[in-house]
Amino acid sequence: MKQPNSQPASELMLRETASQTAGPYVHIGLALAAAGNPTRDEEIWNEMARPEAEGEHIEVVGTVIDGNGDLVRDAFIEAWQADSKGVYQREYDLEKPFNSFGRTATTFEHGSEWTLKTVKPGRVRVDGIDEEHGAIDDKENDLASARSALLMAPHINLTLFARGINIHLQTRLYFEDEGEANAECPVLSRIESPIRRATLIARREEVDGKVRYRLDIRLQGEGETVFFDF
Amino acid sequence: MQDNSKRFVERDRNWHPPAYAPGYKTSVARSPRQALVSMQHATASELTGPAFRGLRMGPHDNDLLLNFRQGQGQGQDLPQGERIIMFGRVVDQFGKPVPHTLVEMWQANAGGRYRHRNDNYLAPLDPNFGGVGRCLTDEAGWYRFRTIKPGPYPWPNDPNSWRPSHIHVSVMGPSISTRLITQMYFEGDPLIPLCPIVNTIKDPDAVETMVGRLDMARSRPMDCLAYRFDLVVRGELQTYFENQ
Repeated sequence: MKQPNSQPASELMLRETASQTAGPYVHIGLALAAAGNPTRDEEIWNEMARPEAEGEHIEVVGTVIDGNGDLVRDAFIEAWQADSKGVYQREYDLEKPFNSFGRTATTFEHGSEWTLKTVKPGRVRVDGIDEEHGAIDDKENDLASARSALLMAPHINLTLFARGINIHLQTRLYFEDEGEANAECPVLSRIESPIRRATLIARREEVDGKVRYRLDIRLQGEGETVFFDF
Repeated sequence: MQDNSKRFVERDRNWHPPAYAPGYKTSVARSPRQALVSMQHATASELTGPAFRGLRMGPHDNDLLLNFRQGQGQGQDLPQGERIIMFGRVVDQFGKPVPHTLVEMWQANAGGRYRHRNDNYLAPLDPNFGGVGRCLTDEAGWYRFRTIKPGPYPWPNDPNSWRPSHIHVSVMGPSISTRLITQMYFEGDPLIPLCPIVNTIKDPDAVETMVGRLDMARSRPMDCLAYRFDLVVRGELQTYFENQ
């Protein structure tokens, strides 16, 4: 098959389309309300959990900071998380009480903070939970299956796009009040430096009786956030 | 559904632009200095992603000639500029179509001006052009938009930097591992090789993957031209033996 959009063909496999920065105006395309533009009937935005969704309702907030310590006011962030039972709800539907996917952004307003309204995710098994039964089945007792049966600590997968970011940055948000689960999380453990591991842990705050977690993402330099390749 | 049955072809990060590409000045302070932490085994978190068949779209969500009209008028309220169809297919690296996946796009108007409060370029806004589109690919992976060809515009990088005409394109694919944002450039545009953002990419073949091609067969006589832009997302592999 011929490589689309170009002449040379790879015999075995096509090359992935190359990435480019989302640029300064990503909000007009993917975060219409944040750009102050009219919205369509259904937008993919930051209210992942409606009030009737099961689980502990939380707000997740933060800033994005560049290598000079300045706020990044034009970032666009996507979130992907399990529901309160640790199951990824893959079919996006705004009529459902909870969606695993959400989007948020920083702008020149609101102190340049991003916000997600969601529920705290449950723990997810490394190889995924059987969505039909929600149960962990017995497997051969070898290393690979032992690994795949491991539970990860509750986390939210975050993907960061912005002007100046040529290919999106992938990270995870963990919760500071999940110390035990964090200590045994196979993904967190892959980060050698405990100081760097701490860059993924959101701090818990209570504001007007509501639980809020805060994670500032540092793109570069002191306290630089861990970004993943997967 | 068990998610341990698949994985995705590794991303070639020498093909993609590096985080730090000083010719594109904003990348200097926005690129990590530490190495990425590689997950040797992607988990259920990376191998899954949202499906958008349940997203209710408007009838003109993929038609930028009609989705920002200011009146219900008699043809006087269409946007100015070159009318084009932008279409293509989303496939994975093995050539397998990616059906029902979300493709989104945004762009400047014919004069290179974005409908965004921070864009102060002196070229005017077009009252009938918003510059935003979205659609799902069909069963065979095809998507389609109708729009105006965007104009080039100046930006503060080098003393006289101009972006080539481009349309920002966002595709989800089957999981968050395949998620990709890129830009479609237009075949033959002499600004392409001058652009510091294009030149964040080292391999000229990788630049070619971002060029939309004029397609006369799909253009409509006396109406609009067509550009074809296929998107390739990471290939999905089955892992048969992992647990045996």
